[in-house]
Amino acid sequence: MSLTRISVTVNGTAHEREVESRMLLVDFIRDELALTGTNVACDTSLCGACTVHVDGRAVKSCTLLAAQADGYAITTIEGLSSNGTLHAVQEAFREKHGLQCGFCTPGMVMTAVELLEETPSPTDDEIRTALEGNLCRCTGYENIVRAVRHAAEVSR
Amino acid sequence: MTTATEAETLLGKPVRRVEDASLLTGEMQFLDDLKLPGMAFAVVLRSPYAHARISAIDTTKAAAYPGVLAVYTGKDFEDLPPLPCAWQAGGVENFVNTPRVLEIDRVTFTGAGVAVVVAENRYAAEDALELIDVDYEPLETVVDAEAATKEGAPQLHENAPGNIAMDWSVGEQDATDGALRKADVVVRERLVNQRLIPNPMEVRGAAATYEPTTGQYTVWMTSQDPHIMRLLMTAFVFGIPETKMRCIALQVGGGFGTKIFLYHEYVLVAALAAKLGRPIKWGETRRENYVATTHGRDHITYLEVGATRDGRITALKAKTYANLGGVLSTIGPGIPTTLYGRMLSGAYRIPNIHCQVLGVYTNTAMVDAYRGAGRPEATYAVERAVDLVAAELGLDPVDVRRKNFIPRDEFPYDPGILRGLTYDTGDYEKTLDRALEIVGYEDFRRQQKQALEQGRHLGIGFSSYVEICGAAPSAWIGAVGEGWGASMWESANIRVHLTGKVAVTTGTQPQGQGHRTTIAQVVASELGIPIEDVTVHIGDTQGTPFGYGTYASRSAAVGGVAAYKSVQRIKEKARRLGAHMLEADVDDVEFEGGKAFVKGSPETAKTIQEIAGAAALAYDLPEGMEPFLDDTTYYDPPNCTFPFGTHIAIVEIDGETGETALRRYVAVDDVGKVINPMIVDGQVHGGIAQGVAQALWEAGVYDDEGQLQTPSLSEYAVPKADFFPPLEVERTETPTDVNPLGVKGAGETGTIASTAAVANAVMDALAPLGIKHLDMPFTPERVWRAMRDAKRGGGEA
Repeated sequence: MSLTRISVTVNGTAHEREVESRMLLVDFIRDELALTGTNVACDTSLCGACTVHVDGRAVKSCTLLAAQADGYAITTIEGLSSNGTLHAVQEAFREKHGLQCGFCTPGMVMTAVELLEETPSPTDDEIRTALEGNLCRCTGYENIVRAVRHAAEVSR
Repeated sequence: MTTATEAETLLGKPVRRVEDASLLTGEMQFLDDLKLPGMAFAVVLRSPYAHARISAIDTTKAAAYPGVLAVYTGKDFEDLPPLPCAWQAGGVENFVNTPRVLEIDRVTFTGAGVAVVVAENRYAAEDALELIDVDYEPLETVVDAEAATKEGAPQLHENAPGNIAMDWSVGEQDATDGALRKADVVVRERLVNQRLIPNPMEVRGAAATYEPTTGQYTVWMTSQDPHIMRLLMTAFVFGIPETKMRCIALQVGGGFGTKIFLYHEYVLVAALAAKLGRPIKWGETRRENYVATTHGRDHITYLEVGATRDGRITALKAKTYANLGGVLSTIGPGIPTTLYGRMLSGAYRIPNIHCQVLGVYTNTAMVDAYRGAGRPEATYAVERAVDLVAAELGLDPVDVRRKNFIPRDEFPYDPGILRGLTYDTGDYEKTLDRALEIVGYEDFRRQQKQALEQGRHLGIGFSSYVEICGAAPSAWIGAVGEGWGASMWESANIRVHLTGKVAVTTGTQPQGQGHRTTIAQVVASELGIPIEDVTVHIGDTQGTPFGYGTYASRSAAVGGVAAYKSVQRIKEKARRLGAHMLEADVDDVEFEGGKAFVKGSPETAKTIQEIAGAAALAYDLPEGMEPFLDDTTYYDPPNCTFPFGTHIAIVEIDGETGETALRRYVAVDDVGKVINPMIVDGQVHGGIAQGVAQALWEAGVYDDEGQLQTPSLSEYAVPKADFFPPLEVERTETPTDVNPLGVKGAGETGTIASTAAVANAVMDALAPLGIKHLDMPFTPERVWRAMRDAKRGGGEA
């Protein structure tokens, strides 16, 4: 098994590690760095539960190898809130009951944060389209859409 | 009834969930996040054949792979019996075949476990798994439940001739046949309620440790009912005392029924931990979830409905083939019997009902409860029946519903097929009226007519459902002969600590429903304390009273009521101790708003915090009073509860492509009193999405060889955010008289109602083409073919 040396910054902290070349980024985040807020819910890159930000872009961390993340800055759900203060999008999900079991939630929130950074005042259709790569089985998406809309409103 | 003042009570308020912060920041621990010191990883080899004999297994290469600790096959666990089937069809013989820890000589569905590799990490275990060599002798397969009962079909189990697991009936056959003969009109239809794959976002997993010196197991698993897991594993598999096993469910990421059941991997990790002397963990992949976790629905029903010319339904007869899979899951036979056959009166006065259910083995994954569990299937049959009668007679489906509704002054209502249970309370017409008002019914019919003139196919569909929740009176479960050692009461313990902070433990087990919030709302409101002062502990058989878990929308109506009852007794003790502290006569003192005071003098009071401190210190208690404020309730409900409502779907079908778009969705539910409307709305939204998905998109499909053709999220259409319009959700409130909270249950109404509403809407849209019935899901191809054939004049419609 070949090993690769990588250096990545995760939630502001620099890490240097030797990893198996075939290790997925999500396994690196969960198993090597013990950041277990990023969840895995499928093996086909279809559910979006593992979405993190790589240099500010929302990316499904099961679609990248850890080795491919070499040199990049990664933000996971753990890096979104600071000192116990929730990010506006996290706060909006709580306010609008945009989560139930919470398993898809970290990925959903990371995707929503990217949407609002690019499109600060999205329409409901734009919200639904942006979230298309993130599956939720609990909410019927109704309150997730309301939460993202609410986050946009309070952030204005 | 409630002693907190109206302004202070949290009951009925949209209190924000206490669970959310840790879920939103990733702090909450799911099973996949669990790491135990020295933990090894197990991966299961699954049969690629749906029906085969296992003639030989060679594990040598796999065992020699670097990092591999051990490889085992079914023979290594021969001493452990097959898993129990804990809820069988009542009153008839059940021909039971269940999974083994690993199958030994035969498999009856793809995905059955045949070997396990344990390695230092998952990557190595997966590598080694590919090196196991299994010789299979493939056998003939059958995947369709009706076909499996026909002469000449491949036989799956020696003890189940004709592949019949059980043949169960409810109702009066002769009377129903007689009423059908006398009916002015009889409609007949074959309805397929297709197989669904539940897809909770968190797949299953388990981990275990074993202490050889004490013989103590600890098993973590993704479960809706850790107490039942412990009971089934200790009493029926390992044959050890309950005290030798502790079961723990961490945060559970959705269940929808699939996490009720005892699966072979949970036993496997425990057995492996004992064999290898190390903590063992197993985690499902999504692909495994598709083939090895239970599926839902899969009924074929022959329906006959008799009615008078003016639309009064006089008889309903159903013969249902319920596909139960290659072996029986934990409560597989209970779903199409008690929760389906006994609910076929729906919201209507139907004087003659008969239903025969054949539970059938096929070479497919096990079928068991999936959100709604039997009640969506019953609602689909009944609500399609109403529309078929309306269509046959040229009547408005709304009018046929009104004509047949159980009137609100006839409650409690005995539908005659619930073996003594009665529908508790109801006002069915009120939900229909309100839903029609929201949707603007007459206006819609005008638009529909205009649209048709322009070649656009609009349709409206109704579903006026009633369902059964709050399971269940234990005596009823026992009397019906379906309990098999189980009951259905629920427990709660409340402890008020010295500082007045409260710990609640309960046997219910949420998977996203927010019990930590709703139960805290009940306790905080009753004690008159801030919700932050109440912590709800769940999920661990060590430290929570025995309870039956969370499914069938029972947690508020049974578990919540258990907590409510305990808090009443704590209040009474606080009142008595408060009187002692106030040096007042007990009869003169009341407890309200978190304080004990002499009636009429609330200004001189002892707070619950002061009383809790006095009770805990016990320096000065009334004669005979024990220290501490602590109470445990085991609440056995006197009846089930019966939520109801009306859902309306509006669809538009593209005449060119056959594609169906959901234009509007209106739900008016009545779940009794509501503890937290925000949470109930969320439950209804999610339920609607799942039910709509059955009508329009989802289907679990096997080919003739028993290979799943929809084995991942690529082929199986779990809906996405842009599939839905905004959902319009309202409620009426008819409290139940079954429990003091007046709550009925809200976790499944959406799923139960919505499939039939959308199906009826699609049929309404297609009615002008002369199409009377199509089976779900209404994919563009299926609808397009039906429209094409109808235009040609004939075909499958």
